[in-house]
Amino acid sequence: MSSEYLIEVEHLKQYFPIRTGFVKTTPLKAVDDISFAIKPGETLGLVGESGCGKTTVGRTLLQLYRPTGGRVKYDGEVIFDAGDVPETDASGEVKLGSDGKPLLSKRLSVNMLPYRKKMQMVFQDPYSSLNPRMTVEDIIGEPLDVHKLYANKAERREKILNLMELVGLNAEHATRYAHEFSGGQRQRIGIARALAVDPRFIVCDEPVSALDVSIQAQVVNMFEDLQQKLGVAYLFIAHDLLVVNHISDRIAVMYLGKMMEMADSDELMNNPIHPYTQSLLSAVPLPDPKSARERQRIVLEGDVPSPLNMPSGCPFRTRCRYATEQCGAQRPALTDRGNGHMVACWNK
Amino acid sequence: MSEHLLSVKNLHTSFTTDNGQVHAVNGVSFDLDAGKVLGIVGESGSGKSVTAYSIMQILAENGSITGGSIEYKGEDITKWNRKQMSSFRGKCCSIIFQDPMTSLNPVFSIGSQLQEAILLHTDKTKAEARERSIELLKLVGVNEPAKRIKQYPFELSGGMRQRVMIAMALACEPDILIADEPTTALDVTIQAQILELMQDLQKKLGMAIIMVTHDLGVIATMCDEIIVMYGGRVCERGTADHIFYEPAHEYTKGLLRSIPNVDNAKERLVPIAGNPINLLNMPAGCAFCSRCDKAMKICLEAVPAERPVGKDHLASCWLNDLALQEKAETLTAEGIPAEKIQEQTGWKKDGNGEWVYDLASSGQGGEVTFEQ
Repeated sequence: MSSEYLIEVEHLKQYFPIRTGFVKTTPLKAVDDISFAIKPGETLGLVGESGCGKTTVGRTLLQLYRPTGGRVKYDGEVIFDAGDVPETDASGEVKLGSDGKPLLSKRLSVNMLPYRKKMQMVFQDPYSSLNPRMTVEDIIGEPLDVHKLYANKAERREKILNLMELVGLNAEHATRYAHEFSGGQRQRIGIARALAVDPRFIVCDEPVSALDVSIQAQVVNMFEDLQQKLGVAYLFIAHDLLVVNHISDRIAVMYLGKMMEMADSDELMNNPIHPYTQSLLSAVPLPDPKSARERQRIVLEGDVPSPLNMPSGCPFRTRCRYATEQCGAQRPALTDRGNGHMVACWNK
Repeated sequence: MSEHLLSVKNLHTSFTTDNGQVHAVNGVSFDLDAGKVLGIVGESGSGKSVTAYSIMQILAENGSITGGSIEYKGEDITKWNRKQMSSFRGKCCSIIFQDPMTSLNPVFSIGSQLQEAILLHTDKTKAEARERSIELLKLVGVNEPAKRIKQYPFELSGGMRQRVMIAMALACEPDILIADEPTTALDVTIQAQILELMQDLQKKLGMAIIMVTHDLGVIATMCDEIIVMYGGRVCERGTADHIFYEPAHEYTKGLLRSIPNVDNAKERLVPIAGNPINLLNMPAGCAFCSRCDKAMKICLEAVPAERPVGKDHLASCWLNDLALQEKAETLTAEGIPAEKIQEQTGWKKDGNGEWVYDLASSGQGGEVTFEQ
């Protein structure tokens, strides 16, 4: 079975129980009803402020956390289903059961090990995501060991050296330890480790935010080259909108665990519809003094509300300039405003 | 000649480590006038923060200022004793740190931390200090200040904590505010709030700001004048427009090429090759030479002098010295004496009438030729 999309995420939910009293727990809705799909070889950028749940989306999608709800498909195959997704027929209509309620999907959870070969992750902090007691060779070789991807030692070594060359590391680096490398080189090691199993999809969780500006460009270019060469798809999670815009085909904007807007990256940057996206874009300090002087910033008042104490209706309404009564009463659904520009806002 | 508010001259700061002396700052000079915003930009290890800490003399124990002077209103503060320095800090110059999560004391309330600065530097009573701290919180846009002063740092969000830090820094109305990566730990929307606040306060109170950051976007938004640092030296200085539109140093050019912009979003980035330099192992010549694709032989051997490349725009790059040969020729044609020309451009004519570059003009002996 194969489909147009490599990764499909439907109504993904991830709640963490937080103790709020002696015995009382309150669910922290880190990810609440997120749906998106990624085509083979495509890059979807995921942006939002800290605490909006973008990292959790990446981890839940790879099932590093067990999702609270929703369904995840890889290449058309369901790899996780919490059993709460309404079934739809070919035309997209929700199927109804004999009792008139929507028919729900079947619970399903598969052994992830074979899928780990297809879906990998690159972590934010190259200083803490590499084992300090392992040599580079063993760090990159570990996924090969786990999946038994070599016949003999010579083949293992050859594969590792090829991977190192692919990410721009020298062969003599193989016997060194992670602490001997600079941040940019460490991130290269992390990327080589992710590529070791020849994945088709990589979740990149803030892979360049810990790097210096001059090194950042090296790593961003490498991600692009690898995508061209190997055809991998990325979920590129970052808070730097300029970098995300540069690397992504499409961008999704999250706020407090919910998807606010999703569109092609040019469309999103030039024609943001959601008031949150508009203010987020206007807040980006541009490396261009002339436009920085001229432009009108939309400075948001206040802070992000606590996810334990979410506002009713639209989560952004407490900071939104256009908020009306309707925004407090009901949460807006993510709707298509033409050309696949999805927006969750009551404002037309 | 008018006196500058702060004048840093040929500052050298180094740290003693197990692996030897680390020369973090190697001859940094700049002037700061009242009401101006000076940006110091550079990547990690460029010495930008150490420059800021040297001004405040809050270096780590193994660090010390090994040369140069820092003049505040004409007085060299590197010669001041501890007592004089502690009255300088807070009253004349204060600093905001990068991480508002760790630079506030978790076991004292916001109010008592604010009042500490006020009680130390002024002869206000406790009640007056309390009044003043509420006033300050109001100034930096913290809501319900009377309630906030009883709260502890963990009860506030990152943006609020940074506002409290700014309030603390402003408690005694300093002439200079040093902001060391003030918004790096914050989200963009909160960053915009804090930058806006700093601009407002600067207009209202007329203080000078030294903005230390690696973020070119923040620099472009905030600063009048910019210093670009690399390997503990200043490689280029000028106004924001100079640095962003007419960069003269290869490092500045490289930095600007390596960041994505909105207009050319999909164009391929041009990274700077190689890795940041190791300060323990500094090259004899230009610190940037190992990563520069236009490096010449001279770049490896001698440190370039700072040469004007435009009005109020200076750069330290041998390529600029090379280009000055033409200027030397036009000056000769205008009949300017040879000594003057050599002073301005470094070029002189040898016995055969050929142009040679005299290293002596940049403080080093010998003559050199430029070759790849």
